[in-house]
Amino acid sequence: MAFNSVLEIVNGVAKITLSGELDAAAAPAFRTDVEKAAAAKVKAVALLMKDLEYMASAGLRALVFAKQKMGAQTEIYMIGLQESVMETIEMTGFQNSVTFLDSYDAAKVEGA
Amino acid sequence: MDDMLRIDTYPTHIFNEYGLRPGHPYPFGANPVPGGINFSVFSRHADYCVLVLFKKDAPKPFAEIPFRGMFTKPGTGEPFWGDFRIGNVFSMVVFDLNIEEIEYGFRMGAGYPKVERGKPGFQRFDPRSILLDPYARAIGGRDIWGQAPDWNNIYQHRARIAYDDFDWESDRPLEIPAENLMIYEMHVRGFTRHPSAGVKHAGTFAGLKDKIPYLKELGVNSVELMPIYEFDELEGVHNHPETGEMLVNYWGYSTVGFFAPKAGYAATGKSKDGTMVVDELKTLVKELHANGIEVMLDVVFNHTAEGNEYGPTISFRGIDNITYYLLTPEGYYFNFSGTGNTLNCNNPVVRGMVLDCLRYWAAEYHIDGFRFDLAAVLGRDQNGAPMLNPPLLEALANDPVLAKCKLIAEAWDAGGLYQVGSFPAFGRWGEWNGKFRDTLRRWIKGDSGIISDLALRLQGSPDLYASRGPTASVNFITCHDGFTMLDLVSYDNKHNEANGENNNDGANDNNSWNCGCEGETDDQGIQDLRFRQIKNAFALLTVSQGVPMMLMGDEMGNSQSGNNNMYCHDSELSWLDWSLLQKNQQLFRFFKNCISFRKAHPVFHNMWHLRGQDYLGTGLPDISWHGVKAWNPDWSESSRLLAFMLDGKHAKGGQSQDNSIYVVTNTYWEGLDVELPGLPSVRGQNWYVFANTGVNTPEDVCEPGAELLLGKQDHLFVGPRSVVILVAK
Repeated sequence: MAFNSVLEIVNGVAKITLSGELDAAAAPAFRTDVEKAAAAKVKAVALLMKDLEYMASAGLRALVFAKQKMGAQTEIYMIGLQESVMETIEMTGFQNSVTFLDSYDAAKVEGA
Repeated sequence: MDDMLRIDTYPTHIFNEYGLRPGHPYPFGANPVPGGINFSVFSRHADYCVLVLFKKDAPKPFAEIPFRGMFTKPGTGEPFWGDFRIGNVFSMVVFDLNIEEIEYGFRMGAGYPKVERGKPGFQRFDPRSILLDPYARAIGGRDIWGQAPDWNNIYQHRARIAYDDFDWESDRPLEIPAENLMIYEMHVRGFTRHPSAGVKHAGTFAGLKDKIPYLKELGVNSVELMPIYEFDELEGVHNHPETGEMLVNYWGYSTVGFFAPKAGYAATGKSKDGTMVVDELKTLVKELHANGIEVMLDVVFNHTAEGNEYGPTISFRGIDNITYYLLTPEGYYFNFSGTGNTLNCNNPVVRGMVLDCLRYWAAEYHIDGFRFDLAAVLGRDQNGAPMLNPPLLEALANDPVLAKCKLIAEAWDAGGLYQVGSFPAFGRWGEWNGKFRDTLRRWIKGDSGIISDLALRLQGSPDLYASRGPTASVNFITCHDGFTMLDLVSYDNKHNEANGENNNDGANDNNSWNCGCEGETDDQGIQDLRFRQIKNAFALLTVSQGVPMMLMGDEMGNSQSGNNNMYCHDSELSWLDWSLLQKNQQLFRFFKNCISFRKAHPVFHNMWHLRGQDYLGTGLPDISWHGVKAWNPDWSESSRLLAFMLDGKHAKGGQSQDNSIYVVTNTYWEGLDVELPGLPSVRGQNWYVFANTGVNTPEDVCEPGAELLLGKQDHLFVGPRSVVILVAK
């Protein structure tokens, strides 16, 4: 399934809905959305990942890029991950950059 | 600086649809550069080289790009001649490749006559072969352990490109002083492959990561991983002639690629993106470091997986055979490794590769040290003769990146060179002390005539390492090569029938004793004696000066059914059965407390050899020897009891203050009454019992700090075949 990334900024939170397969070919599109979110100086980034089926190295790196680009004060939430994607993130050590949530928690994310 | 634009990010040459430009010779390998990938490979004797590009796992390449030939100019399409080579290095940049999707190799050729398989020859160029880059950072083809590949695929071990931008945060190598190490030798797959391990990703780096709390509880602070460079577990795969069991290259002492982690050891190996194995291993290292555990790699530079004249062409032999291998005057492979070929380690180019490799692992993986398999080979010259000052060993000892890494030699080889105590150390190298192993084994089983030798081994072998100090001595009683600790006390002889070689493989000189019955027994007395012998062995290991190393599973009484050469078994015979931990809880407790006791007492961590003198004026020598009578050791041929006292005020040459420790080891079959040395009265101290292997669990060992006051302070009954450790406080 082709990768798709949709960005919307609501209440100071960048919501990026991801679907499909985030691999090296798709990573630049994701990074573009991250850059836009960074430019908007949002207080948090919520990655809605329920429909993201696969994440490759380049996708993982885009996460670290996001964290580094926005600084430690900007929380990054990964929401509704599929188990295989979650496992990949944990096995490759990228979980330290983000907070996992089962579903979008407005109080938590928007109150950040 | 953001506005600074590199001017080398555009193609200067076109070949078919691929944009190219001359590459950078250094660094070797495939390295991402802006807009493309820089490919660089050495060959002194190849006339030409072609880059071969595949989609991941594809049977056929999608492109072949020569490093020399006719290219066209971008825009105009004007043809012109190009040659991407400087010196003996072919290098070019190829633009617009997807790192995660491609695999690459090389074809090389030269005007040498073709050498048939099985025949001697100096060069073995064969343009039909697709060659693995010696510097490949990740390698596909055996992504899932044991899964049979397509044997007809023309490219079996497939170079991939890996990112080297792992987010280490604040992690760095731990630099634990060598004298404080407690090394745990382990097999990545065997550690968690058994179903009883209870991990989600059994037999992988991720599985090992899940077991870090266990290692921490045991108390080890260094794991020495048996080979994790890419190897082929299916190399030489065959079936046992009688049982039909599939026998594989389980240990992995046969390197395919020196720069790549074993993909089959990674849970992410099965991922579509074959480069994630790199991140998985780095994550493991980072997590071990976060828990105070160093990572040492068992590295095999003495030979490769290409075997002898009959072996496969994977990489080196098709790139520059005469550079990479030691060859006889007739063109056969020298076999100092016992496995078919010998890497030509003191050729300057090969030496450079070994250095590059170790620097890479130290810098990019934060590896804390290396143990070199059959390291004596590394000191042989290009004709195979041992050198007095081998340049490779000197270079490693003085390398700036490796400056804090532990360098440990298995100081012998299969060609008869035995250098324990004489390995060219350049002030840096430590050694697996095979003499410690042999002496301790003989002592524990009750041999006579070795008491003087025992005293040397307990002190860190000053006879072998006079100038280097005790930390040059890696003390061990068991390792992967040979019996496990339980088998050492359960078998007189090896039982390697399962290896399918008529029990002819594996060492015969095991210095083992079965305690009265060969193998498993219901006899409780024999079982008790075996456990006592295990405790005796481990207790002496942990009170010896030097660097102790233990074998994975010994702490829970792991057995290999008397097999002392498990190189080919990927089965329950070789996997660690974690149910033993519950069954043999008393062993785990004993090991754990001994490790903790050693850690708590600097008197065991001397960096310099003990002198047997009171050079600080404390009233006691740093080490004193005793027998049945205090201050009166019996050094005679038949003596089987020895005691020693370490003066706490002399700990680390007086730099640390510690309790004094008294250790007595009795290998008589009867108990003996032992007179204890009185501590100088000014200290006002008493003896407390930390461990006594002669009594039943749980009285056999205490938690350090909770030792029990000894009833009679001047005499001690030491049971038959027992070790007692006292602490003064």
